[in-house]
Formats: sequence, structure tokens, C-alpha cells
Amino acid sequence: MSASENVAIPGTIPQAVPVRRGMPAWQVALVVLGGLVVAIAPAFVLESFPLFQLTMAVIMGLAVLGLNMVTGFNGQISLGHGAFFALGAYATAILMSHLDWSFWATLPVSAAVCGVVGYGIGFPALRLGGLYLALTTFSLAVAVPQILKHKSIEDWTGGVQGLFLVKPDAPAWMPGALTPDQWMYFVAVGVAGVCFLLCWNLIRGRIGRALMATRDHQTAAEAMGMDTATLKTRAFAVSAIVTGIAGSLSAVAVEFVAPDSFSLMVSITLFVGMVVGGVASILGSLFGGLFVLFVPNIAEAISKAAPGVIYGILLIAFLFILPDGFAGLLRRIAGRLRGRG
Amino acid sequence: MTLHRRALLSGGVAALALPNLAPAQEAPGVTANEIRIGSTNALSGPASSYSVISRCLSAMFKRVNDQGGIAGKQVNFTVYDDGYAPPRTLEQTRRLVEQDKVAFLFNQLGTPTNSAIHRYVNQRKVPHLFLATGADKWAQPKEYPWTIGWQPSYRTEAQIYTKYILEQRPQAKIGVIYQNDDFGKDYVNGVKDVLGARFDAVKLVSHEATDATIDSQIVTLQGSGIDALVCGIIPRFAAQAIRKVYDIGWKPMMFMTNVSVSGSIVMQPAGAEKGIGLITSDYRKDQSDPAWADDPGMNEWRDFMRRYIPDGELGDNNYTYGYGAGSTMIQVLRQCGSDFSRENIMKQATSIAPLEIGTLLPGVKVSTSPTNYHPIRHMQLQRWDGKSWVRFGGVIEGANV
Amino acid sequence: MDGFAHQIIAGIATGGIYASVALALVMIYQATHHVNFAQGEMATLSTFIAWSMVEAGFPYWVAFAATVMLSFLIGVLVERLLMRPVQNAPVLTHVGVFIGLLLIVGNMTGWIFGYTTKVYPSPFTSSGPLMGGLISAHELGSTAVTLVVLTLVFLFFRYTSLGLAMRAAAYNPRSARLVGIRVGWMLALGWGLAAAIGAVAGMMVAPVVFLDPSMMTGILLYAFAGALIGGIDNPLGAVIGGFAVGVLENLAGAYVVGTELKLTVALAIIIGVLVVRPSGLLGRVVTSRV
Repeated sequence: MSASENVAIPGTIPQAVPVRRGMPAWQVALVVLGGLVVAIAPAFVLESFPLFQLTMAVIMGLAVLGLNMVTGFNGQISLGHGAFFALGAYATAILMSHLDWSFWATLPVSAAVCGVVGYGIGFPALRLGGLYLALTTFSLAVAVPQILKHKSIEDWTGGVQGLFLVKPDAPAWMPGALTPDQWMYFVAVGVAGVCFLLCWNLIRGRIGRALMATRDHQTAAEAMGMDTATLKTRAFAVSAIVTGIAGSLSAVAVEFVAPDSFSLMVSITLFVGMVVGGVASILGSLFGGLFVLFVPNIAEAISKAAPGVIYGILLIAFLFILPDGFAGLLRRIAGRLRGRG
Repeated sequence: MTLHRRALLSGGVAALALPNLAPAQEAPGVTANEIRIGSTNALSGPASSYSVISRCLSAMFKRVNDQGGIAGKQVNFTVYDDGYAPPRTLEQTRRLVEQDKVAFLFNQLGTPTNSAIHRYVNQRKVPHLFLATGADKWAQPKEYPWTIGWQPSYRTEAQIYTKYILEQRPQAKIGVIYQNDDFGKDYVNGVKDVLGARFDAVKLVSHEATDATIDSQIVTLQGSGIDALVCGIIPRFAAQAIRKVYDIGWKPMMFMTNVSVSGSIVMQPAGAEKGIGLITSDYRKDQSDPAWADDPGMNEWRDFMRRYIPDGELGDNNYTYGYGAGSTMIQVLRQCGSDFSRENIMKQATSIAPLEIGTLLPGVKVSTSPTNYHPIRHMQLQRWDGKSWVRFGGVIEGANV
Repeated sequence: MDGFAHQIIAGIATGGIYASVALALVMIYQATHHVNFAQGEMATLSTFIAWSMVEAGFPYWVAFAATVMLSFLIGVLVERLLMRPVQNAPVLTHVGVFIGLLLIVGNMTGWIFGYTTKVYPSPFTSSGPLMGGLISAHELGSTAVTLVVLTLVFLFFRYTSLGLAMRAAAYNPRSARLVGIRVGWMLALGWGLAAAIGAVAGMMVAPVVFLDPSMMTGILLYAFAGALIGGIDNPLGAVIGGFAVGVLENLAGAYVVGTELKLTVALAIIIGVLVVRPSGLLGRVVTSRV
């Protein structure tokens, strides 16, 4: 995050092409190509069940990224991102199940709904810091499942029984016969990939630096002429949109939504994903998604009697070894390599 | 609207799912000396009190294996943790079916969790047997032929209470206190089924599982002049409700879900004398009831507990529940003979001749047929006399909803 | 308006529960500047320990004292073993450790003690129900205990040098170390005290709500809200906040929106209050020099 010498001229749009300073074009091409291979290969290598797990991990990683945008990069603690995850999921589920919309058409609606609610939460967040904000967001996570099952909107949300929907089909023009699991994987990776790129672009540019400056020292940031209030509310909106889109993806991947799918545990899980992956790290978010999906299974393999206890122990042990999360490890390795070279 | 769509979606499934006997040797999940069975339960998280059911079932299959297994095959029972979260249930179920290649699924816990896999298992034609949930949506032999529940539905139970109220006090003002989830809502639906247009006069009060107490709700109900109260609440709140109703000197005709009527877990904590007159409708024997102290059926269960789960809490009625469900499953496996194909397992699961189980009340029998997907339809009203439950009236056969 | 009065009394009775747990939260905040999410689960575990002692035949107050001391030790141990290794890590990592602790303690209790509802006795008994059964002798007694604990906590932090040292260690560890305060041990002491107060709260709550492994899960949320509405650094504020949340939630449920949304509305009101007074009703407003 030592981007201070790289000051962008106000008013310019950050470049869309991911070019790292000092990196030759062939290296960039290699990285992009490698990334694409890593992203696509699992669909043809893995069997359908591990592929489904990977799909869910990518979705969780995207949701963690959303949380990271506001908590990691902007320093506003949210313990309630499960609420946005739920909102996105229900937006998609209601539109697909009641109005027979296609999945793709529901994405903008889901993003808009979550963006508006996130923006709204951003306002009390301006007045409240630290723990008080944690309570506000936590309350949201408590309230959303209750609101979803309230009788006045039960006809739309399905109440406690939830809603069923169907995975999007692979389009007819796709070469070969993709199984629904393979197509779902591509959908998740595609949508998540776009969101990751956009977020990365946002963070590495002027806005990203402003977000982090606000996090690190709000008064100083204001003194430098940044409109921190606007930055913070918008950060909340962007964050809610990203997590909401992840919720939409999870709704179609699971093909079912119910209030019980979005208990407080979801918010806690996302938070764990963020801390484990690395606070304020984009790539770390993906690792966080993998962690929260696969580590509970490892815990269960160790002890059937009390898997929750083992998961807690594994989580704390991980944080002992890597207090900065996975991203901290990457940074240390990168630092060492640079020091050597 | 949703129902309609659901029916449409599953229509295709039903057409393909007519039982058709496959050669036994190709049965998935079955080898020369093993039958693999899968399940999910909340082994972690707030709902993990139900994990004792899995513990009981594992011990029962161990007993079967100790006694030589089923048709010479050992039963391999795998339970995965879903933390009561539907997306995890789907993940774990897919692991069981696709990776572990189990023959079938048995006694998975929860309504929302089973809902998440309802279509998946029916599309895959994996038997989804004797679910640990009292919802009534599992009995749809036409749309979902591969799914079958076990216990009487909560909704049927609420219907029985409501009919009883109408018989005893036709002019009663009815109130319902329920936990605001699928379990509690079933009691509301059951009352509604019977009352029809009169349902509008019913006072409904809900609480969340996270509430500290339900005192406020009880006070509200008393204040609205309720004289017949139906409770769809879990044990901790049931004990609170019984105590509070007594303490404030309120004497409604009070009905308690059979989930929360254990003598040692609910009635003694609430204060045995405070619950006098409480009515429930059960299908199980309560292990803490002195009436069953020397009952051969319950002694069989106690012997099993002593030998296979020596450190288990004898007061926990999830163990008697599990024993009943496990006994049903073992009966079905024995009925299969040597053909453990999914088709035959499903066929046997839906053709149980009336079966008595030691932990069920006398007169309550497990029976199924290809058109009857309600294994237990019988219940009997009983009233708390300060020491134990006293059965009254005959065994009631629950009506179809 | 008989019903109205009844709702308020019932709210006060429940509010007493929130207040006692809120007090434990304030305690640990004063001593460590953290809110421990596992506080409720730790209190439940303590109560189960007390329960097994009572079951084993120990007199009530012996079990009570032993549990408080044992909980204090557990608190100190948790700080030494779990928090110490990450003391230099970012705050969010601490929250991660709290969540890990929550998972461990929460899942361990049921695993060890079983999941069925248990009866934990009350030291306060009366011959009959008080005030028409709306409030029990125990609820009065436990409110008194909460107030006694509050007074002790207040006196401890205000008038003892140890209390001052603990506050200093939490408020500004570096300066505290410079003036010779053993910051590490102050933090451990804070954890111990918080665990002990949590144990008292658990033992006071259990006779009302009945003891089971998830007894505190919901209560912690209300207590957290109570502590914040009162001001997280003010013990008196926490107690008032706890009672306020209890009454508010009952009134919202009974008269405003119905029981299905009462928690939602109560939380919305609390957030509304906080937006007007961001440090809580009695909290200190902290201004920092740049």
C-alpha cells in the first residue's frame, strides 16, 4: 500500500488495463494467461461435487471482498454483511421464482437494492465509529432474516419456508455439452472475476487511496480536501453491492433461499474470511472464501464429536501463525524476494 | 404461486421416478460386505442439541453390526455437520451422494435444511428417508416419491388440539404462542386448518429463539382474554411459559407441543405442580414417566443406552426419538432381503406393515404404503397430573392436511 | 392500562438480565478496550460449572464463590494463552480470535454437559409470587446483586490504584508502561474480572431463563445494545441501558409492531438514539488532538 508517490490527477478515470509499474508486457500477459488457466481448468479437471464446492468458495470469496471494501480498505467495521448477502439472494430468488426473470437480468436489480440499502446504512455509520458501528451492522444482520419472514411480505419471500429457484442453463451456443455444475462454475467465476477486477481497479486508483487515507487518518484526509463523508457512504454502497451479488450467485448455486440460510453465522463467516485472508487484501478475500468453505470440513474430519470446537481452534491457530492473514504471508514472501533481488 | 411452480418443476421428476427394479449387484453404495448410509445433522452451532440423534443412530447401527449386520453386510453410517444452514446441507448431501456414494440418505435434520435438498435427491432418485422434522410437506408421493418423513406432523398435532378445544369449549377465545420459524408456524397453520374463517379471532404471539424470556408474550396473551392457549415452543421456553402462566394466576386451557413435554426437561424445571392440567398429544413414551419404569419396550431402550451410549443423558428425549427412527430404518433394511437397490429400498420404506416400537406409546404403530407417506399417524392426548402424563381418550389417527 | 404496567414490570425483570451481562461487557471494555463476543458463552460455561457443583451436593454459596474464582482464572488463562500471542496484531485479528473463542466455548459446553434444559437454583426464594406473579423473588434478588456488583466495580475503578492502573493500561498502554504499570498483567486481570462478573451474571440469569448451552446467545446481543446505549465506558450507563432495552423491547412487541419485529424495532430505536448521541447516553465523548 505504498502508493503515495503514484498520485493520480484529480478527475481522471483510473486506467482500466491492469498494468503494474515496472512489469514488462510479456510478464503481464503471462500472469493473465496463467490466471485464466487456473480459473478455467477446474471446470474440466474436477468432478461435479468438488467443482460445486469450489463454486461456493468463489462466491464466498466474492462476499468477503465486499466486506473488505468497507472494513478492510475503509476501516468501517461491519459485522452484518450477511444482511447484504441475504438481500442479494432474495432479490434474485424473488425475481426468478415469481416473475420468471433470467438470472442475468436479476443481477442489476440485486446490485441496486443492496447499493441503496448499503448507502442508507452508510449514513448512521458516519456518526458511529468502532463498536457502535459494529452494533449497527450486527443489528442489521439480526433484523434482515426477521423482516424476510414477516407476514406482510410472506407471499413474496415464501416466509419461513423459503423460495426455490433453478440454476441458469448453459446457453445453446456454448461449444460442447457443459453440465449445469460446470456452467454454474463459469457463471460464478465470471461474475466474481469482473467484480474483483473492478474492485482492484477502484482500490489502486485515486479513490482507493482516498478510502485508505480516510481509514488511516480521517482528519488528515479531510485536511487534504477529501470529502470523507461521501467516500464512506459510497464505500458502504459499493461493499453492499459486491456482497449482494455474491448472495445472488449463492441463491442460484444452491437453488434455494430461506431465512435460516442467512443466520448471524453468515456475517461471522464473512468476517472470519476477511481476517484469515488478510484485511485490505483483494487476493486475500479469495483465500478467505476457500478457508471458510473448506476448513470446517477439515475440522469435521478431525472430530465428529465437536467439529465447532476444532474449527475454533484451527481459526485461532491460523491467526497465531499468520496474524495478518494469508495476504500478510504473501506480502512477506514478496518483500523477501524483492530484498534478495 | 410457489407451490404451483414447485409442482411444475417436479412433474418431470415424478414421471421418471416410478420404481423399476434394477439388478441388485449394481446398487450404489452397496458392496459385498457393506451398506453405506448418509445423514446430515447440526453437529455444531446453536441447533447442535439435536446432534444426539445422530449419536443414537450411529450407536444403533453399531449394535446391528455387532449382531452380524444386515444380510451379512455391515452398515456404514456417515453423518456430516451442516450447522443447520441449508447451503451447507446441500454441500454435505452432495458429498454423501456424489463422493461417498451412499446407498441412501436417512434422518437428516431440519425443515429448511431438507427443503434445500428436496429437489436434488428426487432428481437423483436417492431415497431420502425418515427425516428428522415434523413438517408435513414430506408426504407428497406423487411429486416427491423419494422423500418420506417419520414423525407425526406438528400441523396435525395442532389440528388435534384445536378440535379438542372446539369440543370442550366451543366459544373459547384461542391464543397461539409460537417460535417464529418453520416449527412454530406449523402450529399456527394447524389451528388455522380447523378454524377456517374463525381464525381471524385467534390471538397470535411469536417469539424468537434468541429471546431471553417470553414473559412479555404471556402477559400480552393473558391481557387479551385468551382462555385456550396452544404453545409451539422449544423446551427452555416451554418451561418458562408453564411457570409464568401459573405465577400470574392465569388458568387457560393450555396445550403444549410434544417436542417440549419431557418430565425431566420441561415439567420438573417449570415446577411439577405448576403444570397440572397441561395437555399434550404424543406418540412417544416419556422416559422420565414412572409409568414406563418397568415397561419392556423402554427397558430394551435403557439396555441399549447402557451398553452403547453409557455417558448419554438418559433424560434427553432425542435418544428415544432416535431409537424409534433407527428401529424403523433397520426394519426397512431387513425387509429388503438381499436387494439393496435404491428402488427396492424405497419400495420397502413405503410398505411397512404396522410395526410396534418399544419407545412408542401402546397403540401407536409405524406403517407406510405407496400412497401413505406418513409413517406415524397416531397420537394420544394426555394430561399432566403433577407427577406424570395420564393418557385419555383413544388413540387418534391424524387427519391428512 | 393494567396491561401496560404489566409489560413494563416484565420488561424491567428481563432488563435486569441484560443489565448484568452489559455490566460484564463494560468491565472488559474498561480493562482491555475490547468487546469480547465470547463473553456470553463463557458465562454459560461458568454457570454449567456452578451447576455441576450444586448437583454434586455443594451448598449454593460455596458453588457460587468457587465458580467466580474459577471463572476469574479461566479469564486470566484465556488472556495469557489466546490474546497474548496476537497482542501486536491488528484489532480485526483480535475480533477473529474472539470469534474462534466463541466457537470453541459455545460448542464445548453442550459437548461436555449435554444439551437438555437444566434447573439452576436460586438463592432468593419467597413463599408466593410477588406483584401478582409479574416479578419473582429471584428477579428482585438478582437485580440487587447486579446493583451490588455495579457499586463494587465503580468503587474499584474509581478509588483503588489497581483500578486506575487497569484503566490506564487499557486507555494508553504505551504511556502506562512508561509510568511502571505492568500492562500485560493488567489486561489479564481485566479478563479475569470480566469472566468473574460474567459468571455472576450467568448464575443470576439461569434460574429465570433455564440453563442450556444456548442460554446466553440472544441475551448477549441485547446486553451489547444495552451497554452501548448507556455508553460502553460507563457501568451505570450499562445498567440503565440494559433496563431500557428490556422495557423498550416489550413495549415495541406489545403495542407497536407485534412480536415478530420487536427486536428489529428495538434495535432501530437504539441506533436512532446512538446517531443522536454517538457515545451513548452516559458515555464520555472522546475528542482527539491531531
